[in-house]
Amino acid sequence: MHPWIGAGDEDRARILSELGIGSIDDLFAAIPEAVRITDLPLPPAADEHAVRRAFAELAAGNVVPDNRPCFLGAGVYRHIQPAVVDAVLSRAEFFTSYTPYQPEISQGTLQAIFEFQTLISELSGCEVANASLYDGATALVEAVLFCHRVQRGKRDRVVVAETLHPLYRRVLDTYARAQRLDVVVVEPEADGRPDPGRLAVAAEGACCVAVQSPNFVGVVEDLPALVRVVHEAGALAVQVVTESVSLGLLEGGGAHGCDVVCGEAQSFGIAPGFGGPHLGFFACAAKNLRQMPGRLVGETVDEEGRRAFCLTLSTREQHIRRAKATSNICTNQGLMALAATVWLELVGGHGLQELARSNLARAEELKRRLADLGGTWRLAYPDSPTFNELLLVGPVGGEELVRRLATEGVLGGLAARRWGGSWPDGLLVTVTERNPAADLDALCAALGRIS
Amino acid sequence: MAIPKDLFYTSSHEWARVDDDGVVVGITEYAQDQLGEVVYVELPEAGTAADAGDELGTIESVKAVAEFSAPVAGEVIEVNERLADEPNLVNEDPYGDGWLVRMSGSVQEDELLTADGYRGLLEEEEGA
Repeated sequence: MHPWIGAGDEDRARILSELGIGSIDDLFAAIPEAVRITDLPLPPAADEHAVRRAFAELAAGNVVPDNRPCFLGAGVYRHIQPAVVDAVLSRAEFFTSYTPYQPEISQGTLQAIFEFQTLISELSGCEVANASLYDGATALVEAVLFCHRVQRGKRDRVVVAETLHPLYRRVLDTYARAQRLDVVVVEPEADGRPDPGRLAVAAEGACCVAVQSPNFVGVVEDLPALVRVVHEAGALAVQVVTESVSLGLLEGGGAHGCDVVCGEAQSFGIAPGFGGPHLGFFACAAKNLRQMPGRLVGETVDEEGRRAFCLTLSTREQHIRRAKATSNICTNQGLMALAATVWLELVGGHGLQELARSNLARAEELKRRLADLGGTWRLAYPDSPTFNELLLVGPVGGEELVRRLATEGVLGGLAARRWGGSWPDGLLVTVTERNPAADLDALCAALGRIS
Repeated sequence: MAIPKDLFYTSSHEWARVDDDGVVVGITEYAQDQLGEVVYVELPEAGTAADAGDELGTIESVKAVAEFSAPVAGEVIEVNERLADEPNLVNEDPYGDGWLVRMSGSVQEDELLTADGYRGLLEEEEGA
């Protein structure tokens, strides 16, 4: 037999006789009948093109964001996806490269990460940003553990707003249990935001308070007011961002005194995909740099005085500091950080501002059109500031509304209580620049038929 | 390698000097030489209580991170604030301006090494 050419009929017969069995099926005799699937309606084999065609026909029946009006968001966002992003990503120098331990052969990757850090630092309003993390949820966890370290491990309570993404809170709960941290959740008031007074009470003795802004129900938090009460209680303030395009319009929390600004940067050039990949980011004040998790790229000069880049401050990291590292995150989400960097540099500062404005404008336009529907459908928080997401309530609950809109050919959004929550049982609707006016027409028309 | 006679030493390369206000603690010239250029010193807060041998903080150099421990039982009453901006004092003047913390408490002579004992330890380590 040849090592890498498949067995032929003769080979199979020889193997079977060597094994002393009559057929390949006999190999599976140990598996009980009850758990075997014997009636798969599949032909034994088909040629490549027939298989492709069969699957393409099957896929054509799917309702997907690209062929329907889609208002899904809630942590995963659809934005412009210029072809140049994938073109750069696909270059083998980036696509196949390993961790840039060896600066002399990794200048391209290192420079891209350095630029990513610079962009995140500017957008977050914080002095330093790391080379990225896996996703927004783990970025939140790293932020909490960071705060616990900065507070020298003396404050074992963590306060989170309930309006911090429920799935992020689940990931935090998993880590907090193992780290023996006590997570306290503060519910929102009637305006969709936590009351600063209640937050202040909860923050006593806590290492940090984490809020998401814009939050899970779409409302922009009053960060300056929250940061003030959090700091008065001796806790650190963490802003989590899930929709990073909002940073084109809303000042990053660093400018309001947040000690950490972290979250998800998938909006920057990474297409929504089932299971990811996503891109976490983390930024903080320079004074706490040594407690920061993850990689950090610094600018330096080579032997001849030319500008160069290298990994720096790696004594915080696991491969040097072992068990006492600031985090078990040694790596960074390099290729996705590159995507975000290419996307942001292509879009540019003014471009990001314009993009954010157009998201806001479209969401506000949707609010006006909903008002025109005559009051059947209303906003859960009509007087609170929002960016590109809003919580819609009406005669039908969130889950039911998602189903009924789908039958009308509209992907209306996410049922706000899908993962629980004290907020109204409505629909989280996200509007981005990928929703033309025709999408708003389709959504409002469909809503008009549901009551 | 300087090993002043008037100090006490630990086998983990800290020194302790008794003065009127307590016990001053630092790392030895040998220790700073092994670490290389010190770039950051993480010091405990004043008021931190420790038993002899408890970790008090970390010293970070360009190539390594090392913990330093309390040579005596007591409370940290003062830390060397200058190290925040001048961590290299640990390299330049390990027995002087590069001190780390001052602790309350007293030296238990039988639990620490004399200069001669510490020299013996270094010779053993070098020989090994």
